[in-house]
Amino acid sequence: MRIHELFRDPRHYQILILSSLAGYGVMVLDLDVEPMVAWTILSASLGVQFALTRWLGLPRFDPRSPLISALSLILLLRTRSLAVALVAAVLTIASKFSIRVRDKHVFNPTNFGLAVTMLLFDGAWVSQGQWGSGALVAFAAACLGLVVVYRAERSDVTWAILGFWSLILFSRAAWLGDPLSIPLHQIQTGAFLIFAFFMISDPKTTPDRRGARILYAAVVASVAAWIQFGLFEPNALIWALFLCAPVVPLTDRFLPGLRYRWPSPPVADATSPLLHPDPQGGR
Amino acid sequence: MKLADRKSLFLLPFLLAGFLVASAGQAFCGFYAAKADTQLFNQASKVVLVRDGDRTVITMANDYRGAPEEFAIVVPVPTFLERDQIHVGDRGVIEHLDAYSAPRLVEYFDPDPCRPVYPRTMSMRAEEAPASGDVGRKSAGSFGVEIEAEYTVGEYDILILSAEESQGLETWLRQEGYRMPAGARKVLGSYLKQGMRFFVAKVNLEEQDRLGFSYLRPLQVAFESPKFMLPIRLGTVNSEGPQELFVFALTRTGRVETTNYRTVKLPTDMEIPEYVENDFGAFYRALFDQQVRRERMRTVVLEYAWDMGWCDPCAADPLSHDELRQLGVFWLDPGRTNDRFAPRRPMPGPADVFITRLHVRYTADTFPEDLRFQETGDRQNFQGRFILRRPWSGRPGQCSAARRYFEDLVPRQQQRAENLARLTGWELSEILARMDLGAAPAPREDVPWWKKLWASGEEKGGR
Repeated sequence: MRIHELFRDPRHYQILILSSLAGYGVMVLDLDVEPMVAWTILSASLGVQFALTRWLGLPRFDPRSPLISALSLILLLRTRSLAVALVAAVLTIASKFSIRVRDKHVFNPTNFGLAVTMLLFDGAWVSQGQWGSGALVAFAAACLGLVVVYRAERSDVTWAILGFWSLILFSRAAWLGDPLSIPLHQIQTGAFLIFAFFMISDPKTTPDRRGARILYAAVVASVAAWIQFGLFEPNALIWALFLCAPVVPLTDRFLPGLRYRWPSPPVADATSPLLHPDPQGGR
Repeated sequence: MKLADRKSLFLLPFLLAGFLVASAGQAFCGFYAAKADTQLFNQASKVVLVRDGDRTVITMANDYRGAPEEFAIVVPVPTFLERDQIHVGDRGVIEHLDAYSAPRLVEYFDPDPCRPVYPRTMSMRAEEAPASGDVGRKSAGSFGVEIEAEYTVGEYDILILSAEESQGLETWLRQEGYRMPAGARKVLGSYLKQGMRFFVAKVNLEEQDRLGFSYLRPLQVAFESPKFMLPIRLGTVNSEGPQELFVFALTRTGRVETTNYRTVKLPTDMEIPEYVENDFGAFYRALFDQQVRRERMRTVVLEYAWDMGWCDPCAADPLSHDELRQLGVFWLDPGRTNDRFAPRRPMPGPADVFITRLHVRYTADTFPEDLRFQETGDRQNFQGRFILRRPWSGRPGQCSAARRYFEDLVPRQQQRAENLARLTGWELSEILARMDLGAAPAPREDVPWWKKLWASGEEKGGR
C-alpha cells in the first residue's frame, strides 16, 4: 500500500499522531502513564471490540476505531488501578455499540468512558494541567491535529469550538480587566487543543449538518464556561461535551444532513450507511 | 497619607523562612541525615490548604520580622467571613508540618565486601500507601467601600471589605496607609467582579502586648466555597523578582495538583557525593534553581505526597491528631486528642489525611493566573529523597572482593558527581575536586575485561 493510500483514511493519521502525543507526553512532559494501565486499556479496548463484533455478527473486526479510543484514553485518563482502567476501556467501547440513536452512536466513546469512570471512581481523574501551556506544545499539537481534521473533512466543528471558547475567555478577561496573558495562558493548554482536534472533532458524534455543528460547538463552549466559571469544576470541556452529546440526535432529526462515513475500506458493502448498522465506523 | 511611607502592604506572600528542622533518627530505610538549615528560601510564603468537598481551611504563615505596626495583608477570599471563621493558629504546628514533608538526605553504609551478606531488599522507590486594629474607616462609604465586618482576633485587627469598584477600594486603601503597588487596581477590580471579598489584617499593638507574642502567629480562615484556588496575582503586581510559595494541602482522597499549570515531581532517589551533607541547604537551593530554569519557571514542583499516618525515612514524626485538628483537618474525630497517629517509630499504616507539598516560584509573566487545584485519587507516596552512600573503610588488599569493590567504587563515585552536576548545574570538575577521590585506587586498566567476567561468578558459586 502506498503512503498516500495509507493516509486516505484519517484514522491512520489519528493513530499515528495520538501515539506520537503519548510518546511526547511520557518522555518529555513526564506524564504519569503507568505501562500496565496503558496495556490494560489497549488490550481491553481491542478485546471488547473483537468480542462485540463477533457477538453482533458484524462482517469484520476493525482494530482502528478501538485503537483510537484506547490511545485517547491513555492520553487523558489517570489512574493507578488496573480495574478502573479496565472499566473505562469497557465502557468506552461498549458505549459505541449500545448507546445508539438511528444507527449513530450518541457519545464520543472516549468522552463517555472518561466521564462515567470519573463519576464512578475516586481513583480516576484527568490531569488537564499536565499538558502545560508551552507555546511549542500548543503549536505542535495544533499543526498535527490540523492534518487530522483536514483529512476528516469535518474541520468546521473544531474551528468553531476554538473560536467560541476563545471568544468566551477573551470576553471574560476584557470584562474583568485582566491582562491578555491570562486568556492566552488558558487557551494555550495542550489539553484544550487535544479536546478540539481529537475529541469534539469526531465526525460520528457531531450533527450531520454544518450549521448544526457550528451551533453545537457554541452550546458546548457555553456549557463549559458555566462549568468552569460558575461551578468552578475542572475538566469543563469534557463534562460539557458529555452533557451536550444527547442533543445531537435531536438536531439530526430536525436539521438532517449527510451522514459521515470513513473513506475506507473501499466500499465492500454497497448498502446505505443509514440502513446499515455500522458500529465499527465510530471511534 | 501620613502612614503611607511607613506601612507596607504584604499581599499574600508573607515573609517566611524555616524549611528544614533538625531531627535525626533511624528509619527502616537508611538514616535520615539532613542537616538543619532554616531560611533556605527567603521571603517564601507558606500556606496550608485543608479541603474536603467545598469545606476549606486556609492557614497563612509568616515570619515577618519588621516592626509589627508596619505589617498588613490583603487577601482575596471567596466568601464573607464571620468572627468564628477566623482563628489565629500556632506557628509550631506549621514548622512541624514543614519539617515532616521537607526534601531529605539519607545515608547508607557500603557493607564490608570481604564478609558478604545477602543484601536486604529495600524499596528505593515510592510505595503505594494502603487505601483507606482599628483601621480608620471614616470615609469608606464615600469611596464605595463597604466594611462588611470588623473583628479583633488574637493580635490582629481584621476587616472584611467589599467594594463597588476597584478605584474606590484602591484610593481608600492608600488613604488608610497601605502602600499599594502600582497596577494593583486592575487586579483588585478583577477579584471584585468575580465576587471576591478582601480580608485585611493589621497588628493590634495593644493586643499583641497583652498576649505577649514576640512574633506574628499564622492566620486561619475557614469557609465553604467550590473555588479550590489560591490567589497569587496581587503578590506579583509589584514584581520585585520571583515569589516563592509553599502549599501544604491536607486532603482525604489523594494528591492535589494544579489544573492550570503543570505539576512536576522533584528529581528524587539519586545518589550524590558525601560532601553535600555539609551544606544540604545549598545543594537543595541549587537543585530547585536548576529545576526552575529547566522548566522556564512554568511548573509547580511536587516535593512530597504521603499518607499522613507514616513516613520512611522520617524527617520528622507525622503530625499528631491534635496538631492536624489545629491546622483545620475538620473531619478528624475531635474526641481523639493528644493521641499520636503513629508510634515514635512510625510504621506504615493508613490515615485519613493525605499531604501534598507543592513548591512554586513564580512571576506575573510565568504564572499569569491564580493557582487552581484539584484533588486526584492518587494515593501513591512520593518524597524528595537524596542518598549518601558511605564507602567501606577497609583496604583493597584485604580480599579479592575488596579489590573489586574499590575498582567499582570509582565509576560509582564518578556517577554521583555527574548526578550532582546534572541536578544542580554545578561544574563537574569542581565537584570532582571537592570529592577528594585521591584515596581510592585507580581502576587497573591492564586487567583484561574477561577476568572480571567469570571471576565474580565463580566466587558466588563457591559461597
